[in-house]
Amino acid sequence: MIKKFFARGWVFLVLAFIYIPIFILIVYSFNNGKTIGVWEQFSFKWYGKLGEIKDVVLNTVLLAVISATIATILGTLGAIGLYYSKGKFGKVVNGASQIPVVNSEVVTACALVMLFMIIGAEHRSLFGLYVGHIVLTAPFVVLSVIPKLKQMDSSLYEAALDLGATPTQALFKVVLPEILPGVFTGFMLAVTLSLDDYIITATLAPLGYDTISTAVYKAIALTTEKASEQVPIYRALTTVIFIITLSVVVISNVRAQKIAKRKGVK
Amino acid sequence: MKNPAKEIKREAFEKEFKSKRFNFGFSRKHLCIPYALFLVLFVIFPLLLVVFYAFTDANGSFSVYNFIEFFSNPTKLSTLLISVLVALAVTLICLIIAYPTAMILSKMSKHTAFICLMLFITPMWINFVLRAMAMKELFYLIHLPMGSFASIVALVYDFLTFMIMPLYSTLIKMDKSLEEAALDLGANKVKVFTSVTLPLSMPGILSGAMMVFLPVMSCYVITDAFRGNNGFSVIGKLIAWNFVGENGTLVNVNGGAVIALVMLIIMFVSMWMTGGFKSENAGRGTNL
Repeated sequence: MIKKFFARGWVFLVLAFIYIPIFILIVYSFNNGKTIGVWEQFSFKWYGKLGEIKDVVLNTVLLAVISATIATILGTLGAIGLYYSKGKFGKVVNGASQIPVVNSEVVTACALVMLFMIIGAEHRSLFGLYVGHIVLTAPFVVLSVIPKLKQMDSSLYEAALDLGATPTQALFKVVLPEILPGVFTGFMLAVTLSLDDYIITATLAPLGYDTISTAVYKAIALTTEKASEQVPIYRALTTVIFIITLSVVVISNVRAQKIAKRKGVK
Repeated sequence: MKNPAKEIKREAFEKEFKSKRFNFGFSRKHLCIPYALFLVLFVIFPLLLVVFYAFTDANGSFSVYNFIEFFSNPTKLSTLLISVLVALAVTLICLIIAYPTAMILSKMSKHTAFICLMLFITPMWINFVLRAMAMKELFYLIHLPMGSFASIVALVYDFLTFMIMPLYSTLIKMDKSLEEAALDLGANKVKVFTSVTLPLSMPGILSGAMMVFLPVMSCYVITDAFRGNNGFSVIGKLIAWNFVGENGTLVNVNGGAVIALVMLIIMFVSMWMTGGFKSENAGRGTNL
C-alpha cells in the first residue's frame, strides 16, 4: 500500500514537472498585463490579438500538412517497395532511409544548404524548406508502415492477383486498406515532427518567413523589441493548442473505447 | 494430394497474369523508386557534399585549413567537449527520472497506465519552442537566474518524454515471469533488478538514449534561450551559425562543414556503440 502510494506520488511529481510551466502560461494568458508574476486583471485581450500572428500559424500549419502529405505518399510507396525488394538495393535504400532519423537536424539542414549552393540555386526558398521537412518526416512514415506490412498476410496480394485484379487494383484495394493504420500513424507523426521543427525551418526558410518555432525563438532567445511584445499572444496560442490537443485526445479515446465496447458485446 | 486438372488451370492463370504483369513492367518493388531517388538526391548526395566542403576552401580547392582551424581553436573545442558532457548529463538525468516512471507505468492496471501515458503525450503536441517559453516564464516567476542550470533543466523538460516512451514499451513487453522466477530462486529485489530487469530493458534504454543524446547536442534553441550571460552553448549552434549568421545569411560554409562532419562522426560512433536504431521505438514519444 505504502509502496503504491510512493509509486503514484513519483508519477504525480513527474507529471507536475511537465504540466506546471504549461499551467502558469495558461493562467497568465488571461492576464491583462504582459509581465508574468504581476496579475493585473482577467481579460481576453491577448486572445483578441491572436489575429496578429495568424500568418505565422498559417505558415506552420500549411507547411506541416502539405509536407506530411507528400512525405506520407512517398514514404508509404517507399515502404511497400522496400518491404518487397530483397537484396542489395533494398539494404542500401533501407540504410539511407535511417540516416535522417538519427542524424541531427542541424546536419540535415546544412547538407541541404550545400546541395542548393552547388546547383547554383538560392539556398533559402520555399522549395528547399518543403524538401527539408519531407527529408525529416518521410523516413518516419516508412518506419510506421513497415510493421503493418509485416503483420499483413502476404498471400492476400497474391490471392487478389489470382482472382483477376491488376497489380494496381490489388495494391489499392487489398494492400492499402491493410496498412492504413500505419499510414495514418506515419502521417500524424510527420505532422508532429514538422510542427516541432525549428532548425530546418530556420536554416532553409526564405528570410521573413516565420513559423511558430522561429517566431517564438526570436521572442525568447533574441528578445528583440517586436518579438517580446508578442510573448503574451503566444501564451494565448499555447492555451488554444493545449485545449485543441486535449479535446482531440479525449474525444478519440472515448470513441475508441465505445468501439472496443461494441466489439466486446459482439 | 494435387488435383492435376486444377494444377494446370492454375499454371495457365499464373502464366497469363505474369505476362500481364510483365507487359505492365510493374512490380511492387518498383514502388520504392521515387523514394530511393529522393533519398539519393536529398540525403546521400548532400552528406557527400558535407565531406566535400569540409576538405575544400572558399575557392573550391583542396584544403585542410578548416580542420586545423577547428581543432586549434580552444573556444570551439571546448564547445564540442561541453556539448558531449551536457548531452551525457541530460541523457543520464532523463534516464534517472524516466526509468522509475516507466517501471511504475508498466505495473499499473491497463486503464490507469493508458490515462497516464496520454497525460505524458498530450503536452508533446505543443511546439517545443513554446514549451521552452513556458519553462522560461516559470523561471521568471520563481526568480531563478538564466545560466547553465536553467539550460539543463529546460533540456530535461523538453526531452523527458522521449526517454519515457521507449522505456515503457520495452518494459511492458518484458516477460514478468522471469522476475518472479528470479525471486523464487532466492534473488533479493536489488539482485532481480540488476541482473534481470535492467539487462532486459537495455534496448529501451539505448533507444531512449539515442533520442536524447544526439538531439541535445544540436538543440541550440534551448541553450540560446536559457544561457543568460554565463551559460554554455552547444555544438549545433557552431554549425548553424555558419549557415544562419546574425541575419540569416551564410557565414562560412566550409568551416561549418568541418563541424558538421565531426557531428556525423559522433553520430556514427554512437550508432555503432548502441547497435543501431530500433525501428519499433521510432515513435519519438508520439507513436503509440
